[in-house]
Amino acid sequence: MEQPKDTVLDDLEVDALTELVNLGISQSATSLAEMVREEVTLSVPKVALVSRKEAIRTLGEREAKNLVAVHQLFQGDISGRALLIFPEAKSLELVRAVIGSGLSIEQIVELEQEALAETGNVILNSCLATMANQLGRSLKISLPEVLHGDSEVFFNLAPPPSPGDIVMFIYINFALRHRDIDGYIAMLLDMPSVAALKALLGEYIRRVAGDSPD
Amino acid sequence: MSYKILIVDDSKLARMAVTRALDALYPDWPRLEAANADEALKALKQEAPDITLLDFNMPGRSGLDLAAELRESKPGMPVAVISANRQREVLNRAHAVGATFLPKPLTEEALGEFLKAAVQQLART
Repeated sequence: MEQPKDTVLDDLEVDALTELVNLGISQSATSLAEMVREEVTLSVPKVALVSRKEAIRTLGEREAKNLVAVHQLFQGDISGRALLIFPEAKSLELVRAVIGSGLSIEQIVELEQEALAETGNVILNSCLATMANQLGRSLKISLPEVLHGDSEVFFNLAPPPSPGDIVMFIYINFALRHRDIDGYIAMLLDMPSVAALKALLGEYIRRVAGDSPD
Repeated sequence: MSYKILIVDDSKLARMAVTRALDALYPDWPRLEAANADEALKALKQEAPDITLLDFNMPGRSGLDLAAELRESKPGMPVAVISANRQREVLNRAHAVGATFLPKPLTEEALGEFLKAAVQQLART
């Protein structure tokens, strides 16, 4: 199926979106670093418009089946889902990094869901809010929800996607320098939101670079 | 007197934003652009820029790694690393390689202050 023209981002729009994600995730890393009191390193974000099937395959190839995701919905001029994803085996280490090492394993397990939700909330909110501010729009962001599963589960959450839907897959890796923790952030938008985003990116480019970018 | 500025960022839009700020501050200063560390080092050899503005988060070598290399090749050159990543470690490492940290999104005011100091530094050498 050919993709509608108003959902195809040109090179400069993809560049602008990548730059926005970079701004957003850098703010998230700063917030996370304050929580864990150590440096958070980031990869250069990659943005791609891919099918849901391809997003599932891409993450599935990179990571094992047992994953944890903190999931939040956002609504506004653009609507979609943001997911903070990492291997389940690393979740307790992340919780330990956030709440400190003085607790017993039982206490850490007891606090796991709450700490993961709060950590995801800080990271995803920092990123989404920075991007929305740069685009001059506001977003309503839902409460965080912790999910366990694999890429197929995370990218097929209800309401189910329409056949042939194109989704935006934003791929970034973050890692805590002194701990064995890394993860990904993914954002999924449906077709109408991609079209709305394209218009907002056009406004953003004119604002940042001037009226006639070459 | 004008100075030649090297702008290094993998984002074309980010380079355009810096250029726009420079247009407002020092429209007569010549600019060079590089999209990565290799292009920047080539420009350093061939074009001899006076001042360099670097993005922090780039594919391959980061802006801080590049800043350290530039510092070795051309110790007196004012270098700024631009990033939205304001973690203390990043700021400390920028400082350690002798680079000025400029927060992203870059404002004309912040760039203007850095360039004013850079001009003073270059005038002394």
